[in-house]
Order: sequence, then structure tokens, then C-alpha cells
Amino acid sequence: MSITNQPHRLWMYENMVKSRAFEDAIKPAYFEGKTPRFNMAKGPIPGEMHLSDGQEPCAVGVCAHLRAGDTVTATHRPHHAAIAKGVDLDRMAAEIFGRETGLSGGRGGHMHLFDASVNFACSGIIAQGMGPALGAAMAAKLRGSDAVAVAYIGEGAANQGAFHEVMNLASVWRAPLIVVIEDNGYGVSVSKASCTALSRNADRAAAYAMPGIHVAGNDPDAIYEVAGDAIARARRGEGPSLIEIETSRLEGHFMGDQEGYRPDGEKDRLKAIDPIPRYRERLLADGLDAAELAACENRAQQAVDAAFAFARGSALPDPASAFTSVFAERTPG
Amino acid sequence: MNTATAIRKQTIAKTMSEALASEMERDPSVVVLGEDIGKLGGVFGNTGGLLERFGTDRVFDTPISETGFIGAAVGMAGAGMRPVVELMFVDFFGVCMDAIYNLAAKQAYFSGGQVSCPMVLMTSVGGGYGDAGQHSQCLYATFGHLPGMKVVIPSNAHDAKGLMLAAIRDANPVVFMFHKALQGMGWLGTVAGSITDVPESDYEVPIGKAGVVREGTDITLVGLGITVHHCLAAADALSREDGVEAEVIDIRTIAPLDRETILASVRKTGRVAVVDDDYLSCGLAGEVIASIAEAGIPLASPPQRVSHPDIPIPFSPALEHAVLPNAEMTLAAARQSVGERS
Ligand SMILES: Cc1ncc(C[n+]2csc(CCOP(=O)(O)OP(=O)(O)O)c2C)c(N)n1
Ligand SMILES: [Mg+2]
Repeated sequence: MSITNQPHRLWMYENMVKSRAFEDAIKPAYFEGKTPRFNMAKGPIPGEMHLSDGQEPCAVGVCAHLRAGDTVTATHRPHHAAIAKGVDLDRMAAEIFGRETGLSGGRGGHMHLFDASVNFACSGIIAQGMGPALGAAMAAKLRGSDAVAVAYIGEGAANQGAFHEVMNLASVWRAPLIVVIEDNGYGVSVSKASCTALSRNADRAAAYAMPGIHVAGNDPDAIYEVAGDAIARARRGEGPSLIEIETSRLEGHFMGDQEGYRPDGEKDRLKAIDPIPRYRERLLADGLDAAELAACENRAQQAVDAAFAFARGSALPDPASAFTSVFAERTPG
Repeated sequence: MNTATAIRKQTIAKTMSEALASEMERDPSVVVLGEDIGKLGGVFGNTGGLLERFGTDRVFDTPISETGFIGAAVGMAGAGMRPVVELMFVDFFGVCMDAIYNLAAKQAYFSGGQVSCPMVLMTSVGGGYGDAGQHSQCLYATFGHLPGMKVVIPSNAHDAKGLMLAAIRDANPVVFMFHKALQGMGWLGTVAGSITDVPESDYEVPIGKAGVVREGTDITLVGLGITVHHCLAAADALSREDGVEAEVIDIRTIAPLDRETILASVRKTGRVAVVDDDYLSCGLAGEVIASIAEAGIPLASPPQRVSHPDIPIPFSPALEHAVLPNAEMTLAAARQSVGERS
């Protein structure tokens, strides 16, 4: 393909950098109040925190093809996908800080980011997003739109019943659904190899009569290509696809994870092939201007700084608000 | 107390792994399976050291396939094994509930007693640390409502061991809940009262028996898991500041509920507050109060219940701490009760 000076490559780079900068800002904020003795309950961001460092290519390579009207469901590890889908960064940061101005007023937190304006949602139960993504895809199809839905899941989720049920149903219904498996090799401490019957989850697509594509290398350009084909196919009404991406989790399962289950040196090896600096080098080698990349980096950092300032400057919610939105209001029509 | 016995102050987590190890040693039919229970030793530390000691034939790290492995545990139990299964959070049971309430819980009944189901399902409950609405629920009433399963929850390490040994040896499915705030994991705060002396000897805490953990004459405070500690803290404050002596009951077994112990106490005190951190409506506190009403025990003031309101558990600490039952709410309810006459 012709790969120089394509705007989507800069977009992908900028969004990977933004996602990483966002998580780099979360790290110290998360540990506030949690040192010297780590206690998940303390600090401005309590609870579990699952970072997506290293998995940014999966987010940008797919979402580069999506519009606001397309749906994305993500997992407990949602930040990179949320950012690439265009979720409001200020309100996302505020939600993670449990503030009144957060996407859901502090009700959901980091594992429950919802931004209806760009059809993004995520959740904390493994493979839970599969059904809703299929439903969104069918709603688009039934209404005659060419919108698609993407369900992001981890490789661990491909062993969950919901995965298999939805794969079959999506195929039977020829739904415009793209299932993206981010294979980071682990479900918490359990390696994929030790708990999955086959080495490539993409091969499972054959059982559901849909294309299954395996993408190696954690490479945004390669993912972009494959996802472009799958999404175009879905928009044409030709049905679902499965994309399995080999990626890497550069941090623990959650922050505070001691990671004793990793083989010696694994993390260093993975950090040495961090996809973001590698992509930067490739873009430079392909003739993109260093100044242009620096501008991407600056914009990304500024957006993150602004989002964190917005979050920290926002008030905590009024306790009475805990009781609202339990039920939706009846809308006319 | 035998002075030769050393005091061993332990966390619930350490105690659970010790109890499992001793039972695996004693009974070769005990196997342990679940997510992250092998190499990691359990997200909540319940299975530390078991893989190293008993190997991969008895300790299975499973894929994220709960319907499959919990259903398989039912089959193993029916075939004479004693599986102990961990599913990290009670919130996750939605994906595999059928294997639990339609299969494990009904195996003995449907088979007319031919096939039993001696399995233990360990799972964590409770919030208070900002993990939001899919990682903080208790669901005591959900499990207590469904016949055919026993449901227990220890409030301290001593009881954790005795209940675990009793649960493994029981011929029926036992849902063994453990409260995250009592677990004694480094990364979660731990209520000090949960760390207790744990005798080395083999002992059971009988399933179906509540405990009177503080004697008193003026009001009965009923709790389970962490709310026992809220009740004890409130009882201390009542004694110190109000000259009121509260009796505190640790439910310990949600199903079958030990109504007798609760009723005996309320007959004596004539006042009651029930504290649980599950959702309010159709809940355990309501069940306890209904039992008191049915027994016709005259009360000096209306019964009080302190529970989580009927809303999903919110993430923001500003919201969660406003709604999650705590010692202050327990004390306020108790004061309401002793200050009121019906
Ligand atoms: C139904 C269910 N079972 C178990 C869990 C606990 N859990 C949370 S994340 C996780 C591992 C998920 O692995 P994977 O799907 O590969 O995603 P990753 O964490 O690697 O992004 C597990 C087991 C859960 N959230 N939901
Ligand atoms: Mg994974």
C-alpha cells in the first residue's frame, strides 16, 4: 500500500500517544493516597485499574475506520478503545476520578464508561460486550443503515460461553459485527497457552462460517488494513468477521499486580518492542516530518493535561445523585 | 484455654488456604478449581501454596468458562469427588447461575436423594473500595432465596476455618462467601477484628448455627460478615456513651438461617436492628424481621434495618460511602430503636 503522508497514520499515532499519555497521567494519580501501603480503597481513584499500555494499536487500527454512529463495546481495559472511538476525554477523566462532571456522574468509574454520543460502552464482566455489540449491529441493519458494531474482547474471553453464542448468532443473522480479540497472552495470571485448546483464536471463526483473520506484530498499519476490509465487508451487508490481534500488556493485570506469574525478563522484552516508539520510527523512516509528529505529541499531551485538570477541578457528586438514573425517565413517543 | 496452645493470629485469606490444604491432605477426593487459583494462589489469597503442594492433578487454573467448570464441578461432586470451586466475585455468577441454582442446588432433590452434590463455591462479596457495581455486590438474599444450597459467610478467621471444613465435608452444595473487607489481603484494607486466633486443631463451625458474639440485654444487633464488626463497634459506643448493652449476633449461615438463636435474643432484649450490606428490598434483614414478627415476639420499638438501598452500587466514594451500611448508620439505627417506644 502507499503508506506515506496518509492522514489516518498521523491520526493513529496521535491517538496512541494520547492513550499512553492518559494512562501515564493515571499512574501517579492512582497511587496518590495508596503509598506507602497499597490500599485499593484509598486515593482520588479507588478500585481496580486496568491499563491498556501496549495495546493501543488494537484501538487505533480498528477505530480509524469508524464513525460516531458505529458502536464499540469494550472491556474492563477500556481506555485506549474509548479514546480512539472519540469518547469525551474530559468527561472520561472526570468519571475515572468519580466526579460530578464524569460521563455518568461518578456512578460507573473506569470499568463502566458510557458515551452515547459516540456509541461507546464498556463493562467489567468477561465477554459481556458481545451481545450488546451484536444487538447494535442488528439495529443498524434492520434500520437500513450501514453502521457497524465492534466488540473488543480479550483472548481470555474467547473461552466464555457468550463469545460462542454470539459468534454463531452473528453469522446466522449476517450481522455487521466485527469481533476484535486483543490477545495479550494473559487473563489475569493465566496464560493463554495453558487454558486455550488452540493456539489461534482466529481459527475459531471457521466454526461459525465467518472470516477469521490473525494479525501479528502489534502493528497499527497491519491492523488498519485488516480492519478496513472487515468493516467495509460489514457495511456492504456481507456479515461479521473475527479479527485476532497479537498484542502485549506492558503493565500488570491491574495496577498493584505483582506479576509473579510472568517468566523472567518477559516484561523487559515486551517493553523493548513497545509499539508506540516503533511506530514513530517507522513513520519517520517513511518520510513523515518529525515536526508533524511532535505536533501530534503536543496536542495529545495538551488534551490529556486539560482532561486531568478538568477532572481534578470538578466537584464530587452530591450523594443524593446516587438515587437518580436507577430507572430511565419515560420519553415521549 | 489450654496454655500449651500457641495463639496464632491469622487473616482469613491465610486461614482459608490452610484449611483447604489440611482437608486436601486428609481427603484425596478434594480438588480445587477456578480462575487464578493455581499459580497466583487466588486473587484473594485463598489458595496460596496449593498448586505447589498438590500439583496440577488436584489444583486447576481454569479458563474463563464458568458455565463449563462449575457445571463440571457438579458432575465431579455427583461422581464422588469434593470439588472446591472459586469464582472471584459473586457479581460474576450471572454468567453461570444455571449450573448453580438449577443444577447443583437441585441434584439431590431431583434424584430423590440418589445423587448428592458435595461441592463448595467460594466467592468474594462486598464493596467499600470503589470497585463499582459489577464488583461490589453481596447477593446474600439471592443465594439465600434459592433452595438446595447452603450459604455461609465468616466474620473472622476462626470461623472461616471451621466453616470451610464443615462446608467441604457437607454432602450439599455450600456457597462460601468471604467479605473483601475482612480478607486480609495486602491491597485491600482489612477490618482488624477479622484477624483472630486460629487453632491448629481440626474443628468445624457448624453450618446452620448463628453465634452470639457479644452478650447484652437492651437491644439485639444482627449482622453477618463485615456488618458484625459494624454491630460490635456500635455496641461499644452504645455501652460507653448511652449506657445501653447490645447483644450482637453473627448470622454466619444465611441458609439455612438459624432463626432460633435470633429469636431467643430478641425475646430477651425486645428490640432489634438488622444490618446487612446487600440490597434492602426482599433482603436478608427483612427475612430476619419477618421471622421475629411471625414468632409474635412483642417489641418495645419498631424493628430497624440497615441495608444498601435499592440502587446499583455506585463507583464514586462520594456516592458509595453515603449509601453503604457502616458502623455509624448501625449506631444511629440502634439509638433510634432504644429511644423509641412502640
Ligand atoms: C465472567 C467473569 N469471570 C471472571 C472475571 C474476572 N476477570 C476479570 S479480567 C479477567 C481476565 C480477562 O482476560 P482477557 O479476556 O484476556 O482480558 P485482559 O485482561 O487480558 O485484557 C478475569 C478472569 C470477570 N470479570 N468476569
Ligand atoms: Mg488477555
